[in-house]
Amino acid sequence: MKKTVFAGFGGQGVLMMGYLFAVAAMKDGKEVTYLPSYGAEMRGGTANCTVVVSDEEIFSPVASSPDYTVIMNKPSLIKYENLIKAGGTIFFNSSLIDYHLIRDDVVLEKIPANEIARQLGSERTVNMIMLGAFVAKTGLTSLESIMNSLQETVKGKKTAVMKLNRKGLDMGAGFVLKELRNEND
Amino acid sequence: MNDKVLMRGTHIIGETAVRSGCRFYAGYPITPQNELTEYMAGAIAKLKDGTFIQAESEIAAVNMVIGASMAGARAMTSSSSPGISLKQEGISFLAAQELPAVIVNSMRGGPGLGNIAPTQGDYFQATRGGGHGDYRCIVLAPAYSQELADITRRAFEYADRFTTPVMILIDGMMGQMMEPVVFPEPIDPRELPPKSWVLDGAKGRPSRIIKSLILDVVKEEEHNWKLYRKYENIKKEIQEAETYLTEDAKLVVIAYGTAARIAKGAIKRVRDIGLKVGLLRPLSLWPFPRRILDDTSRFVKEFLVYEMNTGQMVEDVELALKRSSEIHFYGRPGGIVSTPDEIAKVITSLYYRRHLEED
Repeated sequence: MKKTVFAGFGGQGVLMMGYLFAVAAMKDGKEVTYLPSYGAEMRGGTANCTVVVSDEEIFSPVASSPDYTVIMNKPSLIKYENLIKAGGTIFFNSSLIDYHLIRDDVVLEKIPANEIARQLGSERTVNMIMLGAFVAKTGLTSLESIMNSLQETVKGKKTAVMKLNRKGLDMGAGFVLKELRNEND
Repeated sequence: MNDKVLMRGTHIIGETAVRSGCRFYAGYPITPQNELTEYMAGAIAKLKDGTFIQAESEIAAVNMVIGASMAGARAMTSSSSPGISLKQEGISFLAAQELPAVIVNSMRGGPGLGNIAPTQGDYFQATRGGGHGDYRCIVLAPAYSQELADITRRAFEYADRFTTPVMILIDGMMGQMMEPVVFPEPIDPRELPPKSWVLDGAKGRPSRIIKSLILDVVKEEEHNWKLYRKYENIKKEIQEAETYLTEDAKLVVIAYGTAARIAKGAIKRVRDIGLKVGLLRPLSLWPFPRRILDDTSRFVKEFLVYEMNTGQMVEDVELALKRSSEIHFYGRPGGIVSTPDEIAKVITSLYYRRHLEED
């Protein structure tokens, strides 16, 4: 059972990342729960969602201590640094967040997502870049499953938009995989 | 068509209601359940034979449901705690007039306006009638998304079968959470069994009168006993609960809805370190599943009731167990959702008081 928290400002596509991941995992045949934060949320406020993926029945959709976090803003990074499981991985958008972790028992995955998005020519792909990196590193689902889930979710979107999203996923995935290769060299 | 889909809880209730032949919905906005009203607006607009009304108030909505039920529709309304308080008069009238209806309460923090966070503060209100007069509501408390669908289907069936209002008790978290669900097959409301209570013109049959004003005390007493006999019958028929790892348990946690899922997560944790702890999760809150509790208490002598309030269902547990067992309570009111770790700590501290030596 793996618990992941996606967190950031409202409008950054945080809930969308979690939703696409949850649908993809469901299509892979996994048990899954998707729990969005709700409250007096608005654009610019904080938003987060918890996605649990498991081969067995999922009891609590709430994460005491997540295995993974995908973080899009600094307040969320500070909050989830305290909560994440020892040995867990924090994926964070290093283009937006300048922060040095206090804990040394977690893995850090810094993704310069806005810089990558600028190479792609669309800053709106930032969340797909983060998601691509997350999926490539964790292997909790595949990029193909994410694309299928995206196609189902945003039915009727132009092919160009879908292609851009696909590129975003691939660039995010490519970034962490290249890092992995460099480490192994 | 019956693939798994990922949907939020409120939408699951709405879709299942329509599939269960619900053709009338009236509601008034309040958080956290607006997505259900939203869903019904869309779903009923697609039907040829459905009516959706955003009423001018909660009280108006429940009274519209009374009218629809008299006319033979499977009817539903929904709200959250303060709105449900407003609907109580109508629910009392539904019970008095023996009319079926489904009422969804997505509980929020209270009393008063409180907040919009998930709680279980309305247990007493739901299970003790809620409105005035000597009546009960069937109250069903799902905890999983699939159960939301299954229970919504059952709620309409129970309502018709016992001609009485049925309440589905959830909270904002369950309403927002998404899990895969497989929906039941749709029912055509025209194919439901004939309804003996419907006011649809008395041509060729004796006229029917649906009323709750019974000034003759003898007749009102008889009416109350008639309702009582019905409720006794319901108590025999409906006793729903899930038991999990109770066979060898030395301590059993009793919790329902969201609290039960958190408790189950906690039990998984303490089982991993060898503590023999199980879960009893009531699905029917009224009738309270006393028979299942009785069975469990034959071999378990220690219980922990966990609720997202200051202690309400624990009174039903005390009534059911009649001092045969030790009962502990742990509650978090006001909209605090405990983590499984927190509940695991509570379980562990209780467990070790008694079982460290003998194990």
